[in-house]
Amino acid sequence: MTQDTTTRGTDPAVQMPPERLLQVENLVKNFPITKGIFFRKQIAAVQAVSDISFHIDRGETLGIVGESGCGKSTTARCVLRLLEPTSGNVWYRGEPDGDSSDAIEVIDIAAANKDQMRRLRREIQIVFQDPYASLNPRMTVASIIAEPLLVHGIGSTSDRMERVKELLKVVGLNPEHTNRYPHEFSGGQRQRIGVARALALNPSFMVLDEPVSALDVSIQAQVLNLMGDLQEEFGLTYLFIAHDLSVVRHVCDRVGVMYLGMMAEVTDRDTLYERPMHPYTHALMSAVPIPDPTVERERRRIILEGDIPSPINPPTGCRFNTRCPRAEFPRCSDDVPEMREIEPDHWVACHFPEVQKVV
Amino acid sequence: MSEPLLQVSNLRTFFSTEEGIVRAVDGLSFTIHKGEKFGVVGESGSGKSVTALSVMRLIEPPAGEIVTGEITFKGEDLLGLKDEEMRKVRGGQIAMIFQDPMTALNPVYTIGNQLIETIMLHQSVGKSAAAEIAIQALDDVHIPNPKVRMEDYPHQLSGGMRQRVMIAMGLSCDPDLLIADEPTTALDVTTQAQILDLMLVLTEERNTAVMLITHDLGVVAGFCDNIQVMYAGRLAERGTTDFIFDDTLHPYTAGLLGSMTRLDEVREERLYSIRGAPPSLIDPPNGCRFRSRCDFAKEICTRDTPLPREISEDHWVACHFAPDLDLIRVKGEPVG
Repeated sequence: MTQDTTTRGTDPAVQMPPERLLQVENLVKNFPITKGIFFRKQIAAVQAVSDISFHIDRGETLGIVGESGCGKSTTARCVLRLLEPTSGNVWYRGEPDGDSSDAIEVIDIAAANKDQMRRLRREIQIVFQDPYASLNPRMTVASIIAEPLLVHGIGSTSDRMERVKELLKVVGLNPEHTNRYPHEFSGGQRQRIGVARALALNPSFMVLDEPVSALDVSIQAQVLNLMGDLQEEFGLTYLFIAHDLSVVRHVCDRVGVMYLGMMAEVTDRDTLYERPMHPYTHALMSAVPIPDPTVERERRRIILEGDIPSPINPPTGCRFNTRCPRAEFPRCSDDVPEMREIEPDHWVACHFPEVQKVV
Repeated sequence: MSEPLLQVSNLRTFFSTEEGIVRAVDGLSFTIHKGEKFGVVGESGSGKSVTALSVMRLIEPPAGEIVTGEITFKGEDLLGLKDEEMRKVRGGQIAMIFQDPMTALNPVYTIGNQLIETIMLHQSVGKSAAAEIAIQALDDVHIPNPKVRMEDYPHQLSGGMRQRVMIAMGLSCDPDLLIADEPTTALDVTTQAQILDLMLVLTEERNTAVMLITHDLGVVAGFCDNIQVMYAGRLAERGTTDFIFDDTLHPYTAGLLGSMTRLDEVREERLYSIRGAPPSLIDPPNGCRFRSRCDFAKEICTRDTPLPREISEDHWVACHFAPDLDLIRVKGEPVG
């Protein structure tokens, strides 16, 4: 993969542009499938993420979209090192340490040691998809939100209580509700609690893993607005994982489209929606319903044939070749398409990229 | 419009729980005509699924009960039918498909088995003839190798394939009405497009009416002739698809449209958001149930329940102030 070659090297701190917060290079994650009880043999692997690269600049939102099984959540988890990447680098530019006035340092999250990780965990937080599963039902709101503070040994009990109240106010909940339990809140309010917990340690980078897909439309808007406000107020950088291209259009500055563990296309938001080049992007966009009968009647849908192949035994060459309306054989079934910069900051992994206006 | 197929009037379906009586559907009337594609839209808890289950008479007392109302299907009073008569209607003249095909299919029988059972239950055919019909039905929903697939168990199929089997099963007895309750919500967007496309083609061919229940206004925009928007167990607004989207009359409909992100448009920085959350249906508030979240609510909304009124032909709305509200502010300017 040729993206961002300028910043490769032994000393990325020097070469990563100053505005860059995160740079993922050639990330691979395989989940082994084993057989046998005593002598566990690996017989195959789920190739969840196969050699993807992307970067996020400070203060921006990068969206990663794709269908279930495309590897978007695995990517997010590798970035957070909730999963160990099989190979690849996740360069992250940490905040300068408060105590020493050392220069800003760049760490490879994929190779960081325990101490480094512990420090990084204060800066990187995650908001999960399901606000019902991600909050412990036996803990009060106060103990949920204060837990990260407690884990990192910050403040006294009363300091932490003050901080919890402040955070509840920030996410638009009543600061008096500290002693309530998660079941006393609606889905949207629970998601706000999850956001407050993520904010507790003043992170600079947040991974949002489908933060609104479990919510009703009218509640989605509330949470999306909140995320936007928080980004502005605290200068947060987001990695936004989603399957909904219309939400992504609203929220993200740059967008990457994934298919079966591969990055198909990465570019800025306007370019992606106005000049998409990868045939999978076209199909994905054309499948999204638009709430407007006039537009819907005139649209021509690209209906993909069949189902997404298994990531255990993905198609050779371009992984999309079995369903691609533009595939040419044997080229697309033999050669893996390299990620190429077709126009400035418009990266496409396709042998035959072509702009097609879909919306 | 063609002749009425299903008429529901003044339906009230309540559930008794430990906390009290949940008024899940509370005074709902509507008509679906022959061959019509009728969309029912609303948030979770708006009563859309309970409406469908009431029509199918799948509400089991004592947990839930149809308290009042009439449901007439092809001139026949469904609520007056004996249980075995209703079983003939169910799956025969009215078929239903659900959100999660994995729970709707029996995991220990092959899909062929389940299809044959349905067909033999409703048509007087022998097993081998039923198998022929079943294979044809699978072929109609574009399942490759239908003969081989008959031997598969549900877990051997993908989510999209399972939903195709459900559609095949639903349409195998050539029903007059197909009730589809969030049929694509559990599916990926490209699979959703396949399934909706298939449902539309097959039901148009057979002139089957569809009651499509969904929370997604985008899905109904391309599929339905008429749309009913529900809120907290009641009708908010009903009309042709164009009316609902272009001449919106209810602040709730406008709010839903305003709060949606769109693929074809970059919205302003902030989305319109309907504040708060829907009311509890145990002891719901008097007057308009939407009033606590409505930008236009006045004193009358607290006092009087707005009854559905026909503002223009076939465009019904339950709001005291329709059609005099300036909803563009909420809904956003039209695109293009």
